[in-house]
Amino acid sequence: MSSYAATTISSQAAANRLLLRRKRAERRFQLYGILAISAALGFLVVFLASIVSRGYMGFVQTEVRLTVDFDQELIEAGSYRKMLRTSLSELFPNAGSSRAERRTLARLVSAGTVFVLRETVEADPAIIGTVEDVWVLASDPVDQFYKGRIDAALPEEERPISDASLARIAALEAAGRIDLRFNRSFFTRGDSRNPEEAGILAAIVGSALALLVTVVLSFPVGVMTAVYLEAFAPKNRITRLIEININNLAAVPSIVFGLLGLAVFLNVFGLPRSAPISGGLVLSLMTLPTIIISSRAAIRAVPPSFAEAAIGLGASRVQAIFHHVLPAAAPGTLTGAIIGMARALGETAPLLMMGMVAFVVEVPGGFTDPSTVLPAQVYLWADSPERGFAEKTAAATIVLLGFLLVMNGLAVYLRRKFEKQW
Amino acid sequence: MVNVSALSDPQPKLVARAVSVYYGGKQALFDIDLDIMSREVTAFIGPSGCGKSTFLRCFNRMNDLIDDCRSTGSMLLDGSDIAGPDVDVVQLRMRIGMVFQKPNPFPKSVYDNVAYGPRLHGMAPTRGDLDEIVETSLRRAGIWDEVKDRVDQPGTSLSGGQQQRLCIARAIAVRPDVLLMDEPCSALDPIATATIEELIDELKSEYTIIIVTHNMQQAARVSQKTAFLNLGRLIEFDETQKIFTNPSEPSTQDYITGRFG
Amino acid sequence: MPAEHTVKAFTEDLDKIERSLLEMGGLVEAQIARAVTAVAQRDSESAARIIEQDSEIDRYEQDVQEQVERLFALRQPVAQDLRMTISAIQIAGYLERAGDLAASMARRSIVLCETREVPGLYALPKLGDASHTMLKDALDAYRDRNIDQAKSIRHRDRELDDMYVALCRELLTHMLEDPHRITPGVHLLFVAKNLERIADHATNIAELVDYVTTGTRASEDRPRGRGFLMEGAPSPDDPT
Repeated sequence: MSSYAATTISSQAAANRLLLRRKRAERRFQLYGILAISAALGFLVVFLASIVSRGYMGFVQTEVRLTVDFDQELIEAGSYRKMLRTSLSELFPNAGSSRAERRTLARLVSAGTVFVLRETVEADPAIIGTVEDVWVLASDPVDQFYKGRIDAALPEEERPISDASLARIAALEAAGRIDLRFNRSFFTRGDSRNPEEAGILAAIVGSALALLVTVVLSFPVGVMTAVYLEAFAPKNRITRLIEININNLAAVPSIVFGLLGLAVFLNVFGLPRSAPISGGLVLSLMTLPTIIISSRAAIRAVPPSFAEAAIGLGASRVQAIFHHVLPAAAPGTLTGAIIGMARALGETAPLLMMGMVAFVVEVPGGFTDPSTVLPAQVYLWADSPERGFAEKTAAATIVLLGFLLVMNGLAVYLRRKFEKQW
Repeated sequence: MVNVSALSDPQPKLVARAVSVYYGGKQALFDIDLDIMSREVTAFIGPSGCGKSTFLRCFNRMNDLIDDCRSTGSMLLDGSDIAGPDVDVVQLRMRIGMVFQKPNPFPKSVYDNVAYGPRLHGMAPTRGDLDEIVETSLRRAGIWDEVKDRVDQPGTSLSGGQQQRLCIARAIAVRPDVLLMDEPCSALDPIATATIEELIDELKSEYTIIIVTHNMQQAARVSQKTAFLNLGRLIEFDETQKIFTNPSEPSTQDYITGRFG
Repeated sequence: MPAEHTVKAFTEDLDKIERSLLEMGGLVEAQIARAVTAVAQRDSESAARIIEQDSEIDRYEQDVQEQVERLFALRQPVAQDLRMTISAIQIAGYLERAGDLAASMARRSIVLCETREVPGLYALPKLGDASHTMLKDALDAYRDRNIDQAKSIRHRDRELDDMYVALCRELLTHMLEDPHRITPGVHLLFVAKNLERIADHATNIAELVDYVTTGTRASEDRPRGRGFLMEGAPSPDDPT
């Protein structure tokens, strides 16, 4: 009896020890998890903070208010440059009239100001013969200085802006003729050699066109492939081979798709280079496996009882699938498609091969126009030496992230909206 | 031995002769001969994997959906072939409805669930006709009073027993002659099961019903004839009362008294 | 018994019912044997014990009924199990009545002790023995599910009827000879009748063996005697 009691007690103690150990192990595991998540969140915060802190300045731009005399003679002669020069000289009458001095003065404003003036006149001919105040973009060095990116205490030869210019900026500021304003041209222009004039509209439109091609091609093809594989394909060797290859395709480096596109779409079919149509085709190829895999998973997750019930009522297989299975699989399918699109939106490598990583000034007007895409634009700007492009890079990144966020949000929204209990 | 002729009425609703079913190389049913009488409930009982569901699905050709499934032998509905390759399965499935193990209403409204079949077959030219079919079917399934105020709500919002009655309403909306029920109560609680059993008893005045069940008491309660299948063979087919008081075959006896295996 | 139930407790419950039934049968057999002895040997003490013991048999019957009730409620027996349990209730009933008949014999034996002895009644123990053996054999046939034995028991009932009629004639002769023997004679007639009815119950039990094993009720092929002083009546075998 006593020995029995003793063993019970000792095994009780052992059990308690075991229990304690188990609880400790559980707490430890949770701690690891929390640490991992905090690390990930920390990196995310650092990344976002650095992008935003550098990028938010990209959304504003230093502008200078000029008083321009829209003289009819000059306009008729097309001498907008002279018009600008006159207006600058009026601001700074004692700037000197030598060629070098005139050029320094002109460098206060963006090199594209002349074109801006012409556009202003063309947009509103009534302005001819009047004297108007016009806000024009400051040049990149002025912009950078005004945003505090250039240290005025440096010796003159070490900074990109001269003492004379600094004095003029001070004068402009005193006159209330210089200010940071919202950078509308960032969203309304294409790329430019001058950072202050560079915009992302061309890239956004290029991305949108390419994605449109992608979604139109890959969504129906992907969903139909998934339906066929799930519901109709005979379960044989060939089907299995296709399935394996689709799964593998999803893991193929995207540059390979670019090479394929280059070889097939450009060289064989002769599609235009740098065009959304060819870029979209390549992105479709890349997105297809993702859409097929997620759609198949979504279709498989639909209880077979729906299709059975419909077939039991005399529906054909196709009817059963289109009436019941696909609607029930819609949230998963759409989510997969949107995630695939989001990935396509962020893709650069395959487009590199299609010539879509390009300097594009004009906003593309169609699927065959030369164009670039958002991430390519980020890449191009990140490569540029001018300081002004650094903040453009960050700003474009914010725009890109914004689009991705919106798309993922849409995916979540659609899933919530269509998700039904069964 | 199963004495088919002794049970044969002049006009059985469904006739199976020498029905064998194969899944790939594996034979699932062996030479089954069976007559199903009109307006009776016939229960199929037997251990899992005995082929009773497979046999049930032969009647409305649901086995066609399985790739490597093929069957031999002849099956007749009111004397006309239903097993041949030329049979229009859509027509067949209109005449032989099916209710499944788990209540499986479509994720649509109660109304749309019932209206699906009639719409599919173009049975209701006007909205009024459709309304009538839906109401009649729901009434016949004994669920109208419970759902008449919420036919626009999703069928999935009903309780399990109501869902199963909705599925029965959906099946009878296409006006079949025969109802196949594949363990219709296995996912339901006893009360819901009782309502379904009561419904089956009422429906047998209009429909020929075949029910597969694991619950032998249920087979005893609802059916007039019982077929016991084991290992793909029809072991015994007789009046339910006979099967449950004095079965002829020792293995039937072992099965129903719980001495199996 | 065929293969065991998957639920072992089910088999155990069925076994227990059968055991109770056979114990009860054993008790009833003993009661009958003792009652016959008490009558033959004019032993009123033994008779009193027999009467006392009868309540034990009633308890057994109640016990079997309760067990069957419980089995129905909890296990819903079907087929063979259903037939076994139903027959258990019936057999318990037959045994209880046989027990009552034994007690009734014992009561008459006490009265008989007060009356004049009827000599030379060697036929009474013989009838008692036959009746007792029939019940024993019926229970054995039931225990062993022996259809052949059960069938032979049903045929033995005829012999027993003949013995009963012979005994009655003998008693009638004694009563005609000596009017003082009428009272004990009538009591003994009742004792003989009791033994004959016990044999009928044994036959009923034997008939249940068929029902339990094959599910068919034994056909009414039992040969019947016409009974004492029933020579003029229509035969029970004749369809009327």
